[in-house]
Amino acid sequence: MNNTKLETKNYSMNYGSFRALEDINMQIPEKQVTALIGPSGCGKSTFLRTFNRMNDLIPGVWIEGEVTMEGKDIFEIDVVNLRQQVGMVFQKPNPFPKSIFDNVAYGPRANGLTDRNALAELVEHSLRGAALWDEVKDDLDKSGLALSGGQQQRLCIARALAVEPSVILMDEPASALDPIATLRIEELIRELRENYTIVIVTHNMQQAARVSDFTGFFYTGESRTGKLIEFDLTRNIFTNPADKRTEDYITGRFG
Amino acid sequence: METRRIVDRGVKYILFISAMISIVIVFLIALFIFREGVEAFNTVGVRTMLFGKVWRPGQEQYGILAMILGSILVTIGAIVLGVPLAIGGAIFLAEVAPEGIQAVVRPAIQLLAGIPSVVYGLFGMVVLVPLVRKIPVPGNSGFGLLAASIVLAVMILPTIASIAEDAIRAVPQSYRQGSLALGATHWQTIVNVIMPAARSGIIAAIILGVGRALGETMAMIMVIGNSVLMPSPMTNNPLTLFLRQARTLTGNIAVEISYATGVHESTLFATGVVLFVLIMVVNISARFVMRERQAIH
Repeated sequence: MNNTKLETKNYSMNYGSFRALEDINMQIPEKQVTALIGPSGCGKSTFLRTFNRMNDLIPGVWIEGEVTMEGKDIFEIDVVNLRQQVGMVFQKPNPFPKSIFDNVAYGPRANGLTDRNALAELVEHSLRGAALWDEVKDDLDKSGLALSGGQQQRLCIARALAVEPSVILMDEPASALDPIATLRIEELIRELRENYTIVIVTHNMQQAARVSDFTGFFYTGESRTGKLIEFDLTRNIFTNPADKRTEDYITGRFG
Repeated sequence: METRRIVDRGVKYILFISAMISIVIVFLIALFIFREGVEAFNTVGVRTMLFGKVWRPGQEQYGILAMILGSILVTIGAIVLGVPLAIGGAIFLAEVAPEGIQAVVRPAIQLLAGIPSVVYGLFGMVVLVPLVRKIPVPGNSGFGLLAASIVLAVMILPTIASIAEDAIRAVPQSYRQGSLALGATHWQTIVNVIMPAARSGIIAAIILGVGRALGETMAMIMVIGNSVLMPSPMTNNPLTLFLRQARTLTGNIAVEISYATGVHESTLFATGVVLFVLIMVVNISARFVMRERQAIH
């Protein structure tokens, strides 16, 4: 088993009096792809947003339990530093209304990098990392919004890579894309796995089966409180699930 | 036909007529001031009027350049003082303030819009003018462009703040989240992503503020001193220009219309035409800027 990168212990999350996630224990291994699956409203995206503390932006959120990165409590780390180490790609591609170059350079600039050559190098490196360089290298001054949906999403991945994180969170990164663009994103995820710890939320079970090494299945009952039902190697989840609800879900009986 | 259908059709006509009436009123007012001003444009001449530096109706000298400059200078002063305050307030309300504080600050700013202009004038006369008078420059009376600019800055603040706040709120949440998720601070997000994305709305807010400033009359008459001389610096320091008394286009009309006759009266209407055109240009450009969506560059 690989080193654990991210870990939650007895982690619960609440919006005011509503308990969104309960008692989640998960060890996310380093430099592997971990998929979070489950029906809508089961809290998997909320769980994902725990790791870069995007949930902090929602008023009334409070948590119980422990969330650590490499053994350190993430709530003890300065949130800006945490987000530099834990990048995020959103469901809908959200490039800024700026040039392709400025989109990728945004994070490094925010960190104080001003040297032109260093920025140019980092932008190229990041765009190559996101498999977008060859398509945009002559149009770096063009608006990021002028790209196709799939290219925009890869731009967002490049933008996240430019900050040089060790973890990348992906919240249904291909759900707004067509099948070919989706395939490219999936290939990219497999490549990024070499250097990054990736956690991906997906509605698409084939996608989870194709890209991930580990899979966590979330489920919620009447209470609408999300729970982690099962966490295992992806091949075990898909061939030999331990829980009946996991089996029902992956065989398409509900969700 | 069923009664409710008749009512339905009738209501449509009534609403249409109400809308038409306001258009007709605007049109009639424009027609009226143009008609009354034509005599001045013909006898005095457009150029002489717009660029003439001397306003002495008794000696048939009808140059309104001093008033045009007065209006423009006081507007610039108000923008310089008021815009940073208004934009700061808008950012505070849209991005920083918790809801409880918003619930107090927003109505307080809106309240400024409800204070009658003459009350601003009173405040200016009684509080600001004596303060400005303390600036040790020979000939400084306290009345003048500076006091007027301060009053006007406060008057245009609610207009600019509320439109700018709407523009900032309209920036998609996804930009905000994208920036924060890259490890940018809240302030970096505001400066580098939110403000550029809200730019067109904020510019429109400022332009509407300009329109409001150009039209203000009563408060200006009360604090600006109403001198008809060309504004010029009082010492070597060019900023003393703002200690000069001046007169606005609006003030010129209001002060003199009660006793003006003949060409003099017509010139005042012509002054109204100049104002009308200025404000129209300003408002149309605001509309134009607002319509121009997210500039893709």
